Amino acid sequence: MLLAVAIPILTKTVFPEVVSKQAKMVFDAIDDLPDGSRILLSYDFDPASQGELLPMAQAFTRHCSIKGHKQYYMALWPLGSPMVDLSIDTIKSEYPNLVRGEDYVKFDYKTGGEAVIRMITQDLRGMFELDSRGISLDDIPMTKNIKNIQDMDLIINVSAGDPGTKQWVQFAATPFGITTVSGCTGVQAPQMYPYIPEQLAGVLGAIKAAAEYEAAIDESYPSIADNPKAQEAKRRMGPQLVAHSLMIGLILVGNWIFFMSRKRGQA
Amino acid sequence: MKRTVPLFIAIVAGFVLLIANFIPYAEGWGLTAQEWFNILAVGAMVLGGGNLIKLHLMKVSGQRKGWGYSGVTIVCFFGTIIIGMSKFGVHPNALYPDYAWSGYYLESGSGLWWIYQHMVVPLTSMMFAMLAFYVATAAFRAFRAKNTEATLLLVTAGVVLLGRTYAGVWLFEGWLPESMLWLRFDNLTVWIMDVPNTAGTRAITIGIALGVVATSLRILLGVDRSYLGQD
Repeated sequence: MLLAVAIPILTKTVFPEVVSKQAKMVFDAIDDLPDGSRILLSYDFDPASQGELLPMAQAFTRHCSIKGHKQYYMALWPLGSPMVDLSIDTIKSEYPNLVRGEDYVKFDYKTGGEAVIRMITQDLRGMFELDSRGISLDDIPMTKNIKNIQDMDLIINVSAGDPGTKQWVQFAATPFGITTVSGCTGVQAPQMYPYIPEQLAGVLGAIKAAAEYEAAIDESYPSIADNPKAQEAKRRMGPQLVAHSLMIGLILVGNWIFFMSRKRGQA
Repeated sequence: MKRTVPLFIAIVAGFVLLIANFIPYAEGWGLTAQEWFNILAVGAMVLGGGNLIKLHLMKVSGQRKGWGYSGVTIVCFFGTIIIGMSKFGVHPNALYPDYAWSGYYLESGSGLWWIYQHMVVPLTSMMFAMLAFYVATAAFRAFRAKNTEATLLLVTAGVVLLGRTYAGVWLFEGWLPESMLWLRFDNLTVWIMDVPNTAGTRAITIGIALGVVATSLRILLGVDRSYLGQD
């Protein structure tokens, strides 16, 4: 398994991606919004899921930045807040024309999980009086007119468990009709499919969907294809292909041994 | 008294949240209850921390099996709290330079940032990465076509495993007629996720929801008191 993962990484093998219906739905949900729309991005994951979820989180950031959307970042997980910092670093280094407070803002982690969602659907300042730099929301151009997250045009949730997409669907998307898309781990994805298309406008499940989403962005915005950092999910599909093939091989060998030993037992 | 007061609080809070959802006049009550929840959640964190320390201190003092690990836990716990709360290495916020502790607690280069970057990230990533080796051995040892159900699961897993990679397309490239493209593993994976998976998950979700309603009613009416624990 170590070699199966290491060899494609070291040889930098990248395979072409066919954009699936789900990845296209998520892409369209963001791309069809008028430039400068308000988007809430909640990073509900930690470093344990970083390998699976960070590339799609960064892809969301790049897509929103290209479109000039107003990005409101937050995290329901304590270790999600540093994940947001990585996206903010991406904005600072790759989109220096975007201004903090005018184009993007970060709210710090607050404990409470679904209670945080319930509160900000009614009163944003009831939960976040200040942004992560300690500035009052009333003094920040992009937050001074925001009463609650019902003012958002879209919610993007990157989720590795609870609280995560399920809670955003239950307490924000469904009761208030806020369009929501989710990027989640492969384990979570099957539980999210029943919410499509009424409660979720699309789901990106694991690194495969992230790679397809990157491919969709590349097709519409070819300039981003030259940025190697924006191809991270696609790069990770090489190890996934070899590791999955190894698994299939191990399953076949295991079954062959099973049938042979059963045959011998019967003889 | 020890059981009646918590029971009363749970019933009142439960009904307040229920009413707040259905009566616009009572919406504010729901918000107040949520504020209380957030305050209590912070208190629960302190309680959790205290409980953790109590258990590990007992293990260390009794020199029970694995007490050394408990010692590491206690040192790390207090080390992180002291470094985090003292904002070790954090510079004052540029907007409030006169306030020494006004800086961002995870400022790049600070003590807590170092712990996060060089301990939390590698350790949690390593724990998650270890799963790959367990899954590989499980694939070899446990995934057997013992009966019809197991065979069905095995075939589905094989299709999804290959369908979630470029192999799902590549294996059928050049020889599969256009009319049979639905048989390609990537397309079959989408169908599996969209139809059988969604149907099954919906059924389970509806079942869980009905269970939650029944349990909630039992708690609200004071019939189910198991959450209060033993006397």
